[in-house]
Amino acid sequence: MTAPSTSIDGRAPGALEAVPRAATARRPRRSFGNPIAWLIFILGALYFIVPLVGTFFHSIRTRPDIFLAYRQVLDDPKFFGGLAYSFTVGVITIVVSLLIIVPTAYWVRLRVPRLRPVVEFVTLMPFVIPPVVLVFGLIRVYSSRPLVLTATDLGSDMILVGAYVILSFPYMYRAVDTGLAAIDVRSLTEAAQSLGSGWARILWRVIFPNLRTSLLSGAFLTLAIVIGEYTIANFLARTDAFGPYLSLLGRNQPYTPAAVSLISFGLTWLAMIAIAFLGRGARGRVQVAGAR
Amino acid sequence: MASAAQPLEQGAPAARPARRRFGWAWLGLLPFFVFSIAFMFLPATWLVLGSFRNSDDQVTLQNYADLSTGIIPGAFLTTIEVSLVTAVGGGLFGLLLAYSVILGGLPRILRTALMTFSGVASNFAGVPLALAFTFTLGQLGFLTVILRDLGFDPYQSGFRLTSKLGVELVYMYFQFPLMVLIIAPALDGLRREWREAAENMGASPRQYWQHVALPILTPSILGAMILLFGNAFGAQATAFQLTGGTLNLVPIVIGAQIRGDVLHNPGLGYAMAMGMVAIMGVSIGLYTILQRRAERWLRS
Amino acid sequence: MTFLELTGVRKLFGDFVAVEDFNLATERGEFVSFLGPSGCGKTTTLRMIAGFEHPSEGSIVVDGREITRQPPNRRNVGMVFQSYALFPNMTVADNIGFGLKVRRTPRSRAREKVAELLELIHLPDKGDRYPWQLSGGQQQRVALARALAIEPQVLLLDEPLSALDAKIRVALRKEIRTIQRQLGITTVYVTHDQEEALSLSDRVVVMNEGRIEQIGAPADIYNFPATSFVASFVGTLNLIAGRVVDAGAGRLSIAGQEVRTSKPVEDARDGATVTVAIRPESVELGDGGGANQLRGPVEDVSFLGSIVRTRIGLDGGASLSLDTFNDPHLVPPNVGDVVAASFPPEATLVIGAGPAPEIDIVDVGV
Repeated sequence: MTAPSTSIDGRAPGALEAVPRAATARRPRRSFGNPIAWLIFILGALYFIVPLVGTFFHSIRTRPDIFLAYRQVLDDPKFFGGLAYSFTVGVITIVVSLLIIVPTAYWVRLRVPRLRPVVEFVTLMPFVIPPVVLVFGLIRVYSSRPLVLTATDLGSDMILVGAYVILSFPYMYRAVDTGLAAIDVRSLTEAAQSLGSGWARILWRVIFPNLRTSLLSGAFLTLAIVIGEYTIANFLARTDAFGPYLSLLGRNQPYTPAAVSLISFGLTWLAMIAIAFLGRGARGRVQVAGAR
Repeated sequence: MASAAQPLEQGAPAARPARRRFGWAWLGLLPFFVFSIAFMFLPATWLVLGSFRNSDDQVTLQNYADLSTGIIPGAFLTTIEVSLVTAVGGGLFGLLLAYSVILGGLPRILRTALMTFSGVASNFAGVPLALAFTFTLGQLGFLTVILRDLGFDPYQSGFRLTSKLGVELVYMYFQFPLMVLIIAPALDGLRREWREAAENMGASPRQYWQHVALPILTPSILGAMILLFGNAFGAQATAFQLTGGTLNLVPIVIGAQIRGDVLHNPGLGYAMAMGMVAIMGVSIGLYTILQRRAERWLRS
Repeated sequence: MTFLELTGVRKLFGDFVAVEDFNLATERGEFVSFLGPSGCGKTTTLRMIAGFEHPSEGSIVVDGREITRQPPNRRNVGMVFQSYALFPNMTVADNIGFGLKVRRTPRSRAREKVAELLELIHLPDKGDRYPWQLSGGQQQRVALARALAIEPQVLLLDEPLSALDAKIRVALRKEIRTIQRQLGITTVYVTHDQEEALSLSDRVVVMNEGRIEQIGAPADIYNFPATSFVASFVGTLNLIAGRVVDAGAGRLSIAGQEVRTSKPVEDARDGATVTVAIRPESVELGDGGGANQLRGPVEDVSFLGSIVRTRIGLDGGASLSLDTFNDPHLVPPNVGDVVAASFPPEATLVIGAGPAPEIDIVDVGV
């Protein structure tokens, strides 16, 4: 309820529609937009586009081959390595997050509605604890006995996934909760129960499939966040991750970072379009804000 | 409003007898709580406890006292200032942007474009964003060169991308979109009938905005700005990449602490982290209150 | 003396004709309803009077002044919206007084007026409440008061009661009419509920697909429907296929039995198939109800509260329903009994050539 959630599509919530208004739905625009709106939009567009353009021009400064930077990036094993690593971490994060959040949201709705405010509060905590503080705490906890995880790569990877799962909670929970609200979980569960189904089967066969769209949007958002994330990965010395790779590149190389930046922007845009596309059929709203 | 009751939402389902022992049901939430404790509350508690200890492991309040020494107060002030500026500035322009595509009569496709782009831009923060601005407005940036050719050299006038102003300018890149995304539903929620009712009463567009629309939107706008504030306050990656750590922002100082650079007193670092959490906590709390008010009105 | 006049009003949305050739002249203080199914253009016409839509053609005149092109905030019409549209950030009193504030009415005078109106709508102590603290019916009354506060020349109501419970609806509509009579304001009321329209109005405008089907007093619309649409939309009706035997003498044949109408049949020649409309309440069991008689077995007896509806099967698959007031002492016929049903020629209406629709009783009291 309090996580930043938005609708790309702009469907107004809760508008009273007792009588279908076929005629007025086709109301023509009064004028072609007022001039002030145009001015604002153009200024905004300029502000957003210019840095991208700047990056692009910078990326093609190489001579004689202007696309040398892009070639170098695509030839660099560390680029794909970074992407692959972050992607894998992202997928694991998504799976773990789903396995925790979906049953929890379901259980809260159905059996323990009294604990709902508590659960919602907990899922909001990642907003209150910024990543830099979180990683600080994680390192301190898990580099002292008895749980020394930071010493090993695997251990650090586990902390990384754990941290990302936490970061994904607000968005995942919100998406799943909204999805559950839209499909009227209680009736579906009772129908399944009256037909003899047990809890696990209900979750697997009834709930998950109906939540597909919400889950997919939550998943894409989490993926976008994980791939772009820098702070936690950096402080956990996960130099294989995409974020630190990009940062290192930015400090050492002149032109390839620009290329990577643009590629990363493009990838994120694809993810967002996928979210919007998936969210089109879904009832309830689709999350789109992420970590910085 | 419509009084047709939703039978599905009422109380316990008839099929199940009302059992008062919810004592066991919460076990179903155990995985969730265990995970949250392991990866969030435990570290947080560690920090809280650690902030009350000094390097000799004794309980002390000295760390909190030390928050007022050295670079720390400056860091807090700077961070608060940057966050406030980008929250208000980002909030206002973001509001205008959202207004332009939703209520300004622009072609529908521009709205979709802005929304999808905002989704991307708000996630673009961090290293790539900092790099993009360096390439554009850095010493040798594309725009800087153009401006110089046109006769105006921003760097002569003292502009530095690594300054507070530069960081604020860069932060806007994810603050505008975040505002757009957050406020869009509120603008959509402005019912057409309110404007018509106001016009019907004889109000001009300005009067409608002044007496009806803006008051209705105010909780949402303030709430959104608070979120923007928190967002900027917690941002680390962008500023770090941009300034190389030279600008004293709280997250950057904490980051330096983690690496063991500046102060050799982790307790102080913890105390700073606590300070940050406190500020964020207050922000989220305020946001929640405002959000409830906004939802109540926009749903009426 | 005409007060509100719409002449030749036409509204197009692209290619779609929402309202076609709308002509209406109302007297000062008259209560007129626009009645019709969803999408018939009644709301669009209302919104043109209010100024939220502009007619593609035609003119709208109020008290001699043409307002066709005026922006909505300059007209002096008050509108009550279906969704109340109360401003959530203002108290009830501020809502009601909004129009006065915009007109810069001195505060003391405005306060008086608001208090008056609160009395009028029977909510004298709710002035400090917020809309979300009130029930639907109360909110609608506040919306009415808000529209009346500016002392409009015309009051417009867009299906104001459709979001409310049935009982509240009946009570509130009476209140609206009482207030309207008291203040003598010319009123246009849009609804798809024929009971509302018939019980409240001085005149009813029945609309369908953008056109006016009939304008008249409620009794005229009900008893003398001009078109088959009006006949089927207003009230319940038997629609049975019949054949014209002698158009000039008004003789028809229904299911092999002869009936007569009180007027010669127009628009159809001898031998043609027509649709015959008979109001169920005009039909009596037995042979005392009128000169026309039809016989057949009882198919069904339904208990509808104050009315008992008996359905009689006729040759050829058609049926005739008749309504009688519920009388606990009367024994209804058994299913299967062959009975006679009678009705007067005046109640027999021929509405349009062509076979009857599939359903034989049209109950369109939505």
